[in-house]
Amino acid sequence: MKHIPQVDRRTFVVGAAAVGGGLALGLDIPFGGPKVVRAQDGSPEITAWIVIRPDDTVVIRVARSEMGQGTITGLAQLVAEELECDWSKVTTEYPTPGQSVARKRIWGDFSTGGSRGIRMSHEYVRKGGATARMMLIQAAANEWKVPAGECTAANSVITHTPSGRKTTFGKVAEAAAKLEQPKEVALKDPKTWKIAGTSVKRLDTADKVTGKQVYGFDLKLPGMLNAAIKDCPVTGGKVKSFDAAKVASMKGVKKVVQVGDTAVAVVADTFWQAKTALDALPIVWDEGDNAKVSSATIAKWLEEGLTAEQGFVGNQNGDAKAALAGAAKKIEAVYAYPYQNHACMEPMNATARYTADKCEVWVPTQDGEASFAAVLAASGLPADKCEVYKINLGGGFGRRGAFQDYVTQAVLIAKQVPGTPVKLLWTREEDMLHGRFHPVMQCKLVGAFDASNNLTGLHMRLSGQSILANVRPAIVEQQKGRDPLVFQGVADAGEHAFGYSVPNLLIDHAMRNPHILPGFWRGVNINQNCIFMECFMDELAQAVGQDELEFRRKLMAKHPRNLGVLNAVAERIGWGKPAPQGVHRGLAHMKAFNSYVAAAAEISVEGGGNKIKIHRIVAATDPGYAVNPAQIDRQVAGSFVYGLSALFYQECTVKDGRMVEENFDTYDSMRIAEMPKVESIIMPIGGSDPWGGVGEPTICVAAPAVLNAYFKATGKRIRSFPLKNHKIAMTA
Amino acid sequence: MARLTINGQSHNIDVTPDTPLLWAIREQVGLTGTKYGCGVAQCGSCTVHIDGQAVRSCSLPVSAAEGKQITTIEGLAQGGTLHKVQKAWVDHDVPQCGYCQAGMIMAVAALLKDKPKPTDADINKTITNICRCGTFQQVREAIHAAANA
Repeated sequence: MKHIPQVDRRTFVVGAAAVGGGLALGLDIPFGGPKVVRAQDGSPEITAWIVIRPDDTVVIRVARSEMGQGTITGLAQLVAEELECDWSKVTTEYPTPGQSVARKRIWGDFSTGGSRGIRMSHEYVRKGGATARMMLIQAAANEWKVPAGECTAANSVITHTPSGRKTTFGKVAEAAAKLEQPKEVALKDPKTWKIAGTSVKRLDTADKVTGKQVYGFDLKLPGMLNAAIKDCPVTGGKVKSFDAAKVASMKGVKKVVQVGDTAVAVVADTFWQAKTALDALPIVWDEGDNAKVSSATIAKWLEEGLTAEQGFVGNQNGDAKAALAGAAKKIEAVYAYPYQNHACMEPMNATARYTADKCEVWVPTQDGEASFAAVLAASGLPADKCEVYKINLGGGFGRRGAFQDYVTQAVLIAKQVPGTPVKLLWTREEDMLHGRFHPVMQCKLVGAFDASNNLTGLHMRLSGQSILANVRPAIVEQQKGRDPLVFQGVADAGEHAFGYSVPNLLIDHAMRNPHILPGFWRGVNINQNCIFMECFMDELAQAVGQDELEFRRKLMAKHPRNLGVLNAVAERIGWGKPAPQGVHRGLAHMKAFNSYVAAAAEISVEGGGNKIKIHRIVAATDPGYAVNPAQIDRQVAGSFVYGLSALFYQECTVKDGRMVEENFDTYDSMRIAEMPKVESIIMPIGGSDPWGGVGEPTICVAAPAVLNAYFKATGKRIRSFPLKNHKIAMTA
Repeated sequence: MARLTINGQSHNIDVTPDTPLLWAIREQVGLTGTKYGCGVAQCGSCTVHIDGQAVRSCSLPVSAAEGKQITTIEGLAQGGTLHKVQKAWVDHDVPQCGYCQAGMIMAVAALLKDKPKPTDADINKTITNICRCGTFQQVREAIHAAANA
């Protein structure tokens, strides 16, 4: 999965070529040596990733965005590990996208989605640290006139071993910055890690407990105005008219503006004034044909796809259709998964200041470069006249990466009040109506058994919405209409490879794309695929009277890492041993984002099955390498809150072409009372396979583990979601 | 005009009486630690103390808070020393994105004032704030740690 738009990449290349290097940072060019790039306070860069101040403070640059997942801490650990610096002297900063473009994308990819923060950048950031260490050692050796090979670095101190002389990073930083970067850089064996691989505390906690942390919502700029916006509630609709005169004299109101073809905003002194005026503003929408669409019409369309002739193949071997035709026994089930909103705690927002010479945007973003591209497009200004300042996010979960609609809006508003910074804040209601929704999907599964109860064939037909068809049409075009992302967790190979070997397998997709805008929602397509496949695996095992774990194991001989995590949770939960009275168990596993994950849940039910108490969930993760185990624990437990909230409570219903649920009163999210005890097993296998991510993978295994346990408890197999539609709730 | 006492300081504020306290605190007084999350008293991100009680400030008009002692997250630490809840939050690395945590901390501080040693059942009943990152496991640990501090 790649979230960087191809078109935007071209823009960046052109932009970088046009503005040359060193735009945003001060450069000085010492006679005969390489350029020294300086941070704003004048301290030298050793490599692009590291600035060292004279007081030994180490500033580590992080291009990915922190949104709670701990990536700035984890990436800093990797750099610090190779740098051999004193962890207590580490601080971090974000380079800006404009600086990155001007320096030919020296910090690489800014995109922070797809659980890629660490797994996709660990190698080059570690090299950035190791390179700097070598340069610092070389600078000390030069000063002492000794071979660098006689010197070592540890804890920000360089020691000349034979003589015992010592100096610090801060003292040799200036000299190191003037050296050529070494070309051959070796990385440490992870077995020798001292900072990486340990549960150091997060670097960004202090300001989050005192209210000092500035989120996009909190930004204050001199002379700033505030804006509230309403976009046409039906996607595809437009603004027909609005009566600005009705609100022009309301307190604080500065301007009422149309934003593109589809939205209207009020600009006022304060947000509350802007919102109050917007609520009073008469707006007439031209909602268009999409206003005829409802959840029922969408469901009917998808249902037709379950048996449609044409489907894009995602995974195939043997002849599934023949196996099904010749089966001694066939098992069939149909599942359905709804639209869901990310509902980040901090609604979408962006602040923009526009003049004919410069457009600046401050935004909580998962992808600074995508924000930058949106600023370029909306402002009409070239790259050297645009800049984006990233602010920490109040949640992201996929909403704030590929989709920069709020940035576009903020710039379009700011252009109508040039020179004045305008902070655009969405209300929760606006956020709920204008999500980039987890796509709808239905799934029909048919399994074939021979007379000896061996599984001889499996057909999984997905029918529903493609994210890439909307967001990255070029990829879909390249694949002759197919969306490869739809098959996450059940794919034929790669980071989302299917974890079973089934003879005569067909997994295919009938693409049906309603007008609702789809998006990457934490876990993306593994959420529904894991429910479909792992619940159906239980259905198959139960149809032939076999133990659900044993049934799976027989199909997993060629999937040792899947089996490893599954066995780990089974053992910890006590699978095969008696559970406490009234307690029932369920299992699930999947490979996602190159990590192998499994869960085992213990639940009990009350009220004839209308209330589920989740006692505990054991979760195993094999990400290859674990950079900060304590933060992985938190991602696992947090992913269960996100995933179980979705399973139990969350559906965005379409009526008259628009979303019905507008706030948490109708789109609930689980609370502390419902939180199960999560026991996390982190079992990185090491080795040379690509590293796995941890922000998303486990999200998918909680729901099927709970559903499988629910069947054991009640004999009821739930196949459509959320569970609130079956009058099933979580209980403390 | 309204007169509010926030973190021990008096502020004269030029808003209509029905303006939610949240927006007066954020936009008139300029204290942005108290967050907007829903505007309908569902999520608790906007929790402040009014005369020591946890209140969701997004749904309380300014007029109802006049003459009362309002405490925001910025006023929880005393004389540069973190409140024991804040300290437990740091010790247990509770926040992820952190956006809901000011409200969560204010709700917990009020709970501990009322019940210095809350049971899990007390926590379940009283702490109903939404956290989309899902920090609840650490929140519960940190509440017990703060109670025993």
